[in-house]
Amino acid sequence: MKHLRSIAEIGPAAVMRLLDLTDTMVEVNQRPNPKVPALRGKTVCNLFFEDSTRTRLSFETAAKRLSADVMTFSVGTSSVNKGESLRDTIETVAAMGVDAFVIRHRSSGVPWQVSRWTTASIVNGGDGWHAHPTQALLDAYTVRSALGRSGGLDGLQVAIVGDVRHSRVARSVTEIFRVLGADVTLVAPATLLPPVPAAPVTDDLDSIVGKVDVLYLLRMQRERMTEALVPSLREYSGRFGLTPERAHRLQDHALVMHPGPMNRGVEILVDPAELPGAVITQQVTNGVAVRMAVLFDLLGNEMEETR
Amino acid sequence: MSVLIRGGRVLDASSERDADVLIDGDRVAVVGDLTRRSADTVLDATGCVVAPGFVDLHTHLREPGREEAETIETGSRAAALGGYTAVVAMPNTDPAQDARGVVEFVRAQGEAAGLCEVLPAGCITIGRAGEQLAPYAELVDAGVRIFTDDGNGVQDPLLMRRAMEYSLGLDMVLAQHCEVSRLTGGAVMHEGQCCSDLGLPGWPSIAEELMVHRDIELARLTGARIHLLHLSTARSVELVRAAKSDGLAVTAEVSPHHISLTDDALRGYDAVFKVNPPLRTAVDIAALKAGLADGTIDAIATDHAPHPVEDKERPIDDAPPGMLGLETALGVALGELDLPLADVVAALSWKPAAIADVADRHGTPIEPGNPANLVVFDPRERWQVRPAALASRSRNTPYVGRDLVGRVRHTVFRGTPVVIDGAAQR
Repeated sequence: MKHLRSIAEIGPAAVMRLLDLTDTMVEVNQRPNPKVPALRGKTVCNLFFEDSTRTRLSFETAAKRLSADVMTFSVGTSSVNKGESLRDTIETVAAMGVDAFVIRHRSSGVPWQVSRWTTASIVNGGDGWHAHPTQALLDAYTVRSALGRSGGLDGLQVAIVGDVRHSRVARSVTEIFRVLGADVTLVAPATLLPPVPAAPVTDDLDSIVGKVDVLYLLRMQRERMTEALVPSLREYSGRFGLTPERAHRLQDHALVMHPGPMNRGVEILVDPAELPGAVITQQVTNGVAVRMAVLFDLLGNEMEETR
Repeated sequence: MSVLIRGGRVLDASSERDADVLIDGDRVAVVGDLTRRSADTVLDATGCVVAPGFVDLHTHLREPGREEAETIETGSRAAALGGYTAVVAMPNTDPAQDARGVVEFVRAQGEAAGLCEVLPAGCITIGRAGEQLAPYAELVDAGVRIFTDDGNGVQDPLLMRRAMEYSLGLDMVLAQHCEVSRLTGGAVMHEGQCCSDLGLPGWPSIAEELMVHRDIELARLTGARIHLLHLSTARSVELVRAAKSDGLAVTAEVSPHHISLTDDALRGYDAVFKVNPPLRTAVDIAALKAGLADGTIDAIATDHAPHPVEDKERPIDDAPPGMLGLETALGVALGELDLPLADVVAALSWKPAAIADVADRHGTPIEPGNPANLVVFDPRERWQVRPAALASRSRNTPYVGRDLVGRVRHTVFRGTPVVIDGAAQR
């Protein structure tokens, strides 16, 4: 694997390999000294053109646990627009000797543009509305381990609820669950769906909440209110929020997931701590191991080094 | 000075026949078998079509204001190499072409370059801001015939109605960029499957069709003559077809890229394929081709839109829309269209010449006494475009690596060969 830019691009075999490799990394992370020399001498550059403390810290931690050298470059989009071009930024940093760039950008497609200008590996840390493949991998891994599965997720019923249209998480999570054999339903009004949704659609959460194995809630951004996409947050919560009534109807084994940060009182109206199926914290924990697996797969040479 | 075009097949609006063409000064002198004649310059046209020069209704020459992208000279050279003897220079310059001084400057720069006739278009509204009518009579008096805010559609229906009413007594046509901008905020590409996959904001077909419909109805109400720029959707073609069958004074154009490329071209996130209106679908392409075939669409117009490399390398939502077209239009049209050659040349030459009101000197039949604005092209030559070899100052052609069919060999402008064997002479 040269790059991780989207789930669709790497395909099912690579997804399975990365999930299996994550098991190894979880084991590493449980050691008293969770650090291995696997990527000693390699340089990873985190290039965050859009703020994201969580994702950046997760990638930094992953790279450091594999003993890579880490450079972190946080830039507001405005400074790049005014001054140096994206290409010049990439070529300048690449000239310092970089083996992998982790890129987060507000514009869809930037990881593809960047890979035309450098020979380094590209990891997509989130591009526009488009893709967030490491989030998808950590979500799939979380489901797999929480449900005690080792292979794919054949027949699993997954509902993804909320603002699918503007969500890179929704796109990548839909892709990975479908790649692994799950049945995905998107739950949203048409205003919050892309023109051609990637999975079957319903706007009736109540009709499926009692049948799903995984309920995946997306973050509802308050600025959407000004764009006439939904009448009000109150109406949104009433139709698409996880209310106590809906929580009661969940199957006992059903998982509740959220990519964070949560809008309590909007997409989730119960305390996640009181939901037995909530795996929101595990998602964050698994994020480090998944990103270790990705960086190792891209840059590592020999499996022995991790032992 | 005399020029003899020898051995070609002469094709114009009235006939198609094998003939040599002798040009004396800036006029056609003799058409026929001139085997024994000689001239100051002899151009070989063996295997080639000799036709009236092409007329582009839609060229962005960028001067004044964006000379790093194109100048009137470099754009004129690209036009001549593409077989054009006249181009309509779009008014979205800086300053905009909304006053006599600016259009006179553009025309003069065209004359100075001397490669083709540069016909400045005027703005519909001052500064293309959509608020106040430009001084049409003053601009018509300065020779302007086509008025457009291209790049922007005129959003205000009242203002557009007034523009049409005010235009009635004047020798002019209003050309609309059909886009209801409230429906295209932030749009990067066609709204459909591909934009859904790529996570990019869509430019829905309805945003074009609503304005096509509005302007057709306003034209019906006012009796004004209108031209619809760069149509891109199947439904737009249907609307224009119906308007024409109702006898309205509506004409329309299509760009080469809208009959040759689909939104799938954006899958690699290369902003070279970002254009406004956007590349659409195979269904739209089929409808646009059918529109050309039955005459619903009158002209092929390039929407030649140069942009520097660094602008096209910005993130795709931030990169400017537009692609080059002058040097590739013929090769795309002949490669894509399954139409009689005369119909393709009509859409490139005499039909747009009539819309631009230059039919007295461009697109004219190749007959003794008529102005010698001619193109000689090989309709079968297959070739590939090399960006570095383009005469345009910019490089944003979407046709790299693609076979084009049909290539200009010579272009004669006002009796002077400005392109010989594919090489610009000035």
